[in-house]
Amino acid sequence: MATITSSETENAGRRPKSFRLPLAVISYLQSVPLALILGFFLLLPILMIAVVSFWDYDFAQMYPDFLTMNYAETLGSWVTWKTYLNTLKYALMVWAITLVIGFWVAYFLAFHIRTTSMQMVLFLICTVPFLTSNIIRMISWIPVLGRNGLINSALVGSGVVSEPVEWLLYSDFAVVLAMVHLYTLFMVTPIFNTLMRIDKSLVEAARDAGATSWQILANVIIPLAKPGMAIGTIFVVTLVMADFSTVQVMSGGQSASVALMMKNQMSLLQYPAAAANAVVLLVLVLLMVAGILRIVDIRKEL
Amino acid sequence: MYREKRSREFYILAIFFAVFVLFLYGPLSAILILSFQGPNGGLTFPLNGVSLRWFANLFETQAVGDFGGSFRRSAMLGIMVMAVTVVVSLLAGLAFRRKFIGATALFYLAVASLVVPSIIVSLGIGVLFNQLGLQPAWYSSAFGAHLTWTLPFGVLIMFAVFNRFSPAYEEAARDLGASSWQTFSNVVLPMIAPSLIGVGLFGFTLSYDEFARTLMTSGSFNTLPLEIYGMTTNVTTPVLYALGTVTTVFSFLVIAGTLGLIIHLNRRRLKS
Repeated sequence: MATITSSETENAGRRPKSFRLPLAVISYLQSVPLALILGFFLLLPILMIAVVSFWDYDFAQMYPDFLTMNYAETLGSWVTWKTYLNTLKYALMVWAITLVIGFWVAYFLAFHIRTTSMQMVLFLICTVPFLTSNIIRMISWIPVLGRNGLINSALVGSGVVSEPVEWLLYSDFAVVLAMVHLYTLFMVTPIFNTLMRIDKSLVEAARDAGATSWQILANVIIPLAKPGMAIGTIFVVTLVMADFSTVQVMSGGQSASVALMMKNQMSLLQYPAAAANAVVLLVLVLLMVAGILRIVDIRKEL
Repeated sequence: MYREKRSREFYILAIFFAVFVLFLYGPLSAILILSFQGPNGGLTFPLNGVSLRWFANLFETQAVGDFGGSFRRSAMLGIMVMAVTVVVSLLAGLAFRRKFIGATALFYLAVASLVVPSIIVSLGIGVLFNQLGLQPAWYSSAFGAHLTWTLPFGVLIMFAVFNRFSPAYEEAARDLGASSWQTFSNVVLPMIAPSLIGVGLFGFTLSYDEFARTLMTSGSFNTLPLEIYGMTTNVTTPVLYALGTVTTVFSFLVIAGTLGLIIHLNRRRLKS
């Protein structure tokens, strides 16, 4: 017993000198795995894309070169511009809809549900579908919206329309609906997070000063919720700008998005062309995100 | 406790919320029901009898795909991604508690990883492996591609957790003579364990369902989401829905199990 105690104190006394590394070194050691993984699987691939976008290619292979042809072809074609505009149109529509839905859902959870446990239960109910497969959730709209789908049978059965409505599926409507379905949580969560951190006494003070609930909403809650809305916007806009599967499946091949155009080029092995597209898309997305980050400091919001 | 009367605003928003939940779960339940479609039934309602035929179909060997194999690969990949995400995010979270040169750059690199379009990551890693003469495979290139999606989530969650973590506990432990390892394993780790499990759940489910990043990086063997995506274009029987039901139920089980574990840990901590 005595020996153990003495060796323990000895150890404790010696440890700071022999074992403890300088704090800065520890920080670096702890951050190295993250830096290595992101360096190899994110930075390097993006650099590679930037390089390859200047290469030449034929039907089978790529040839190292320095051509601006891929960019000229991408930016010089009317189809590309139309595709970019179409993608931006989806982004704008989905953003506006998810912002409205996301805010009201988060507001309801944060200000109208009184117990924390109930808040968590309802929040989890919203979260669970987002942890399941996107593709399954996407195709689950097909039996609902299709020509013989649930909505059309209900409409025809109740006599509202005589012919099934055709534009429900394989249309821009279907694409936007499915995207809203897939991405709304990315708006709900950050807004919910900021709303939960609003000091409730602010709301009470406003009410005591005679503000109506609409005035409280417009002058107190919404201004304070802006950082959450900004983060949600980053998520939704980047997800929509990157989307190809929803556009492909839900539009039935009738609409295009930038990522879908890239995917088609990739399946034709036109990697340099896809790379040029990728660079343009990446610059566009990063500019949008940088613009939003000027409004909000993410590190403060976490 | 004083309870004010529910306002009209509450009821309107409650209905709005209920419609939102219906919007989230409604279509999913359509798939669930249609997967029990009778042997002669099609991809839409009405149900043409009820059978387990399409589930049985999943387990038969067939021309369309290899569900067993792709499921095993996806589950294995999910577990690998989960383990690495938890460990690396925890380490990075600890690192970010102190200021160090490059911390801001690394943080923004993680944020960038979140906003770079998934198909660009997929293309980049595909081309990189190709140029390095490496064979892409689900356990190498797709593994890395998934990490670029799960790690930022893990890092941001750990960042948020440590932002709220009071250093007083560690100071107390240190004052009582605990070494830094003892402080970490006996004080910090139990307190953040529920968050770590949450990060693990994110890591697993995001990887298990990821598909844009796998597109160019999976090599010669498909993961489950790729298999399903392939089926959307060429399968015209409810076997697609049966597969959807099976993977969704699997996801639900994983989520429920994890939440149960988190609740259990929280209860135990409150008791002690």
